[in-house]
Amino acid sequence: MDKENQQKRDIILHIRRFDPERDESPHLEQYTVKVEPGMTILDGLHQIKQNQDSTLSWRFSCRMGVCGSCAMLVSGRPMLACNTQILDITDRALTLAPLPNFDIIRDLVPDLTRLFEDHVAIQPYIQGQDAEEMENPTGEFFQTPHELEKYLQFSYCIKCGCCMTACPTMATDREYLGPMALAQAYRYNTDSRDRGYESRKSVIGASHSTFNCHYAGECSNVCPKGVDPARAIQLMKRDLVLDYLKLKKRKKACRVMGIPSDVERKPSIPFPPYTVEQK
Amino acid sequence: MSNNEKMYDNRLGIIGWLGGGRWGIERYLYIIHRLAGVGVLIFFILHIFEGNLRIFGPEIWNPVMKVMEHPVFKVGELFIIIGFAFHALNGIRLILIELGWAVGKAEEPVYPYKSSLNTQRPLMVIMLLLAILLIAAGGFDLMFLGH
Repeated sequence: MDKENQQKRDIILHIRRFDPERDESPHLEQYTVKVEPGMTILDGLHQIKQNQDSTLSWRFSCRMGVCGSCAMLVSGRPMLACNTQILDITDRALTLAPLPNFDIIRDLVPDLTRLFEDHVAIQPYIQGQDAEEMENPTGEFFQTPHELEKYLQFSYCIKCGCCMTACPTMATDREYLGPMALAQAYRYNTDSRDRGYESRKSVIGASHSTFNCHYAGECSNVCPKGVDPARAIQLMKRDLVLDYLKLKKRKKACRVMGIPSDVERKPSIPFPPYTVEQK
Repeated sequence: MSNNEKMYDNRLGIIGWLGGGRWGIERYLYIIHRLAGVGVLIFFILHIFEGNLRIFGPEIWNPVMKVMEHPVFKVGELFIIIGFAFHALNGIRLILIELGWAVGKAEEPVYPYKSSLNTQRPLMVIMLLLAILLIAAGGFDLMFLGH
């Protein structure tokens, strides 16, 4: 027990609080948390909620860096609270604030409506050329590993909003689409199965969009999943320029691979046993 | 979430351009690029104004030229050289990047993540070294050769 206590340290958390029913503007409140090695910021917030202040609000869900709900500003840098250990950041004090560039609903909870509206605007879904095949598929669309690599990095986005917070253009331009939406537009444009470039072009080629990025590079620096939105946006600029100059290569038609009819299952691979009794 | 509920506007505004203390070097280059651009633009406007004073004849032109010999303007000229050299060479870097030539291809993200910022860094170093060379040459010419 003593050894456990020896490992624990008192860390001060300055948390930006805002109660819409009481406050006109946010203010800082100070909490002291007993921190042990391995403890994340999310654990620290739970400890405060359980032992010190039950009114403290934040958003979280999966606790393992997959859902992107708990993104917040940790000592001035957007991070996932569940993915960040307190002792990796500080051995004395840190400041927690809600993601800037979004309205604050309460305490550490930002209003991400804008983020999702921007995401919807770029039509984030595969738009195939063959509507009948999309509705009633007869097989799988064939995609080579090389074609997959072109967009795979950008498909790891968890929509946490860290990039939108770090982007300096987002700070002043209320209509700017933002790095998340633009990176996702590139993700779908590059997909060999997609034919939606022409319908997305009116959004990504407009004002307050792709060409408003001036490569400060912060979106890629802060992305907790290594998605690199800055790279996606620059590559999309090249596509738009080449398209304008009529030099953009046309995508090849994506083959549909039907279920093979002339093959048999290898007898050496046994069929897995049924987990439910067959009638 | 009802629309009637009060929310706090947390947009950073111009402070978001200037950034905090934990940003990467490209973010600082972004800020300096803008400041240098505005500085060079103000110089161009003043330079055109000053150059056009000769239409008022030598009685206006000569006293103005006398004022221009003050050391303050020499230091100002040095700042113009610094601003021009940085803005021009960093601008070439940005053109290459924004045409997708210096950011590399998409790659599988493996922790610790590397991004296009790492890919373009050699270009950034070359451009900054060239800018320093241009500033040194321009500064030497201005201070010691007196052009």
